[in-house]
Amino acid sequence: MSILVIAEHDNQTLKGSTLITIAAAVAIGGDIDVLVAGHDCTAAVEACAKVAGVSRVKVADAPHYAAQGAENLAALVVAQAAGYTHVLSPATTFGKNFMPRVAALLDVAQISDIVAVQAPDTFVRPIYAGNALATVRSEDAVKVITVRTTAFEAAAEGGPAPVETVEAAADLGLARLVRRELTKSERPELAGARIIVSGGRGLGSGENYHAQLEPLADVLGAALGASRAAVDAGYVPNDYQVGQTGKIVAPELYVAIGISGAIQHLAGMKDSKVIVAINKDPEAPIFQVADYGLVADLFQAVPELTSALR
Amino acid sequence: MKILVPVKRVVDYNVKVRVRSDGSGVDIANVKMSMNPFDEIAVEEAVRLKEAGVATEVVAVSCGLAQCQETLRAAMAIGADRGTLVESDTELQPLAVAKLLKAVCDKEQPQMVICGKQAIDDDANQTGQMLAALMNWPQATFASKVALADGVTTVTREIDGGLETLEIRLPAVVTTDLRLNEPRYATLPNIMKAKKKPLDILKPEELGVDVRPRLTTLKVTEPPQRSAGERVADVAQLVDKLKNVAKVI
Repeated sequence: MSILVIAEHDNQTLKGSTLITIAAAVAIGGDIDVLVAGHDCTAAVEACAKVAGVSRVKVADAPHYAAQGAENLAALVVAQAAGYTHVLSPATTFGKNFMPRVAALLDVAQISDIVAVQAPDTFVRPIYAGNALATVRSEDAVKVITVRTTAFEAAAEGGPAPVETVEAAADLGLARLVRRELTKSERPELAGARIIVSGGRGLGSGENYHAQLEPLADVLGAALGASRAAVDAGYVPNDYQVGQTGKIVAPELYVAIGISGAIQHLAGMKDSKVIVAINKDPEAPIFQVADYGLVADLFQAVPELTSALR
Repeated sequence: MKILVPVKRVVDYNVKVRVRSDGSGVDIANVKMSMNPFDEIAVEEAVRLKEAGVATEVVAVSCGLAQCQETLRAAMAIGADRGTLVESDTELQPLAVAKLLKAVCDKEQPQMVICGKQAIDDDANQTGQMLAALMNWPQATFASKVALADGVTTVTREIDGGLETLEIRLPAVVTTDLRLNEPRYATLPNIMKAKKKPLDILKPEELGVDVRPRLTTLKVTEPPQRSAGERVADVAQLVDKLKNVAKVI
C-alpha cells in the first residue's frame, strides 16, 4: 500500500491536523508520502520532513497554491494520485473543502471524517451528529479519506525524510481569494488545545463573555470556545464554535460555562477527557455528560474559580 | 439567472435516532422526516436572490424515494418555482447524487447551484464539492454571505481560523453554512400554492447515471456512552477534584 497525505499548512507552519492525518496513515500501513502544495512554503516543507513515518515529502510550489483554493489543489492532487492506494487529508475546513473534488475527479467515493481504521479498506465514521457509528468498506481502487482530528494521536518527530519537487498543475483561474480575516489570539488554537474554556448563552452578552471567561482561560492557559447559541447571538466570532457544525474538540479538560448542552454542542466535545459544567439550571443536559457539575450562578462561580486557581 | 437548489429528505433534526439492535442501521420507520436544515437555508438564499431581482427562476431538485416530492413541495412553499425529482429506491451516496445533479445541470443550465454544506444524516459534506468538480466549476463552500454585483460574485466562507472572502466565476456551486440566513416559515397560502407548482419526475436511467453505492455499510453501532459524573457543592470542591482526582490542572 502507498498513501498520499495532503498537508494542511499556512506556508510557514505545518498544522497539527497534518500530524494527526499522518498518524491515521500509519494506522492504515504502507509507505507514506506527504504532498505540500503552497507558495514560498520551505518552512512548512522542512517541518513535514521531520515527522515520523513519512517516507517522502513532495512539494508543489506555485503562486496559485498560496491560498490553497479547492479547484487548483484538487487538480494537483489528482495529477499526483497515480500509484497511491489511499489519499488522506484532515477533516478540517481545509480538507472538507477540496477532498470531495479529488474523489469526484477520480470517480471514487470519499470516506468522510474517519475515527478509526479497521482494515486498509474498512473504516469507522460517525453519522447522525455522532449519535451512531458506521463501519464502512470501500471497494474503490483509491480510498479518498478525511480524518477526524480528535480521533488519532499526533505523529511524533522523526525523519528526516527526503524532499522532492513536483510539477505544479496549470492555474485554472476559477476563483480568487479576496481576503482572509483570521481571528488573532495569543491563546492556543481551539482544535489542539489541552484545556478549553467554553461559554454559552448563559453569559448574556459578548462583554460578559470576555469579562468572565478570559481571566479564567488566562490562568489555565486555555483556548476559548463557545456554543452555537453564543455565536449566533454575536458574543464571539464563528470560529469559536464548538459542535457538530463548528469544531470537534477533545481536550484533556473542557469547562462548559452557561452552556445548556444541546445535542449539536455535545457532538463536538463529548470525547473530552474531563468535562466540567457550571450552570444555574440543575436540569441542563450538559450535566448528563459532565464529570463534575456545579449548579451555581456563573457570575459568582467563575470569578471565584479564577481566583482559586491563581 | 437560474438557480438550482438540491434538497434532501432526512430524519428531522429534532428526532433522536436509535440504532437498530441488529446493527443494520438506524431505525427510521415512523419517524418524522423533513428537509435537511442546511438545504432549507439554501432554498431561502435562492429565493431571496430572486426577490432581490438577481435570480429569475429557482428550481429545487431532490434525489431519492417518491416521498421526496414532499421535500420538493416544502421548497416550493418557501418560494422555489418548480421541482424535479430524480426517483430511485437505491441507496444514493454523495458521488451518485453529484452525478445525477450534473445530469440535471446539463439539462437546466443554471448559473448557480446553492446546496447545504452537509446532510444531517450521513454527515458526508461532499455533494456540492463533487458536483462542482464534475462540472469543472468553481465552488464556495460553508458560505455565510453571498453577494452578486456588477457581474462579480463574492462569497464569504466560514473557515477554521475565521472568515475568508472569495470571488468566483459563474456558473458555480455555493454550499451554505448556518449563519447565511434564517429560513422563513412557509405560510399556509404559500403551502397551498406550492401544491400547484410543476414537479417533474425523472429516473437515473433516463439520465444515464450509474447510481450503485461504492461504500458498503458493514454495521452501525451506538457510540460509547458517557455517563454523568458527580455534582460538586462549591468551587473549592471543584478545584480539589480537578487537582487531586482528575489531575488535569
